[in-house]
Amino acid sequence: MEITVQEFKHCDLITIKGRVDSATAPQLAQALEAANEGGKYKLVIDMKDLEYMSSAGFRALLAAQRNCKKYNRGEVVLANVPERIREALELAGFTELFKTFDDTLTAVGHF
Amino acid sequence: MRFAAKFEFLDEIREFVGEVARAGGFSEREIYNIQLASDEAASNIIEHAYAGISNGTLEVSCEVKNGVMTIILVDHGAPFDPSEIPTPDLTADLSERKIGGLGIYLMRKLMDEVHYKAEPEKNRNTLTMIKRKG
Repeated sequence: MEITVQEFKHCDLITIKGRVDSATAPQLAQALEAANEGGKYKLVIDMKDLEYMSSAGFRALLAAQRNCKKYNRGEVVLANVPERIREALELAGFTELFKTFDDTLTAVGHF
Repeated sequence: MRFAAKFEFLDEIREFVGEVARAGGFSEREIYNIQLASDEAASNIIEHAYAGISNGTLEVSCEVKNGVMTIILVDHGAPFDPSEIPTPDLTADLSERKIGGLGIYLMRKLMDEVHYKAEPEKNRNTLTMIKRKG
């Protein structure tokens, strides 16, 4: 798994590449926490090159969403969610907790 | 196939079950779901059955016969019956949402059957998952 962070005026774009499972999810959680600690609560997660995500990754997303939405200071949105991952998120009832966008431009423009 | 019960080996476990499923003619979507269910099962064993134990092992065997894939995971840790874990409330709002039990819920939804057998006298727990070709 590889994470890159790009800062925009109104939000941060966090790109996750590769596979997120119980081994790599702590790294994702750390990256999201680091953004929050830096005062960034408006986050776009780009999943274009994400190959796989287990419930360990969902857990990291949920924790971040909770923290970002606190005091209405922001939110986590998802962009380019691959079909298989979208299906798993749906099964877990997560799609109603996150706005999803078909491309990063629209997602970034949301903020 | 025997694996060290560590999260670092989840990649190999997914690859192993994925190869067998692919050779057995399952679709890419089914293969992803079989890999996800196997990952969730193995993650639970590593996290719960082997809680605090760093040298545990996990035996994974799988086969496809007549369009039915059987995956068997054997561990020698503490008994942990997934059927005793309550189904998470998937309609709860963000603040109420619990993540515990989600992996097991996914396992049950993605596979056709999930069975668990604890044999404390043999120090052996067996999780069997079955998936039929769609």
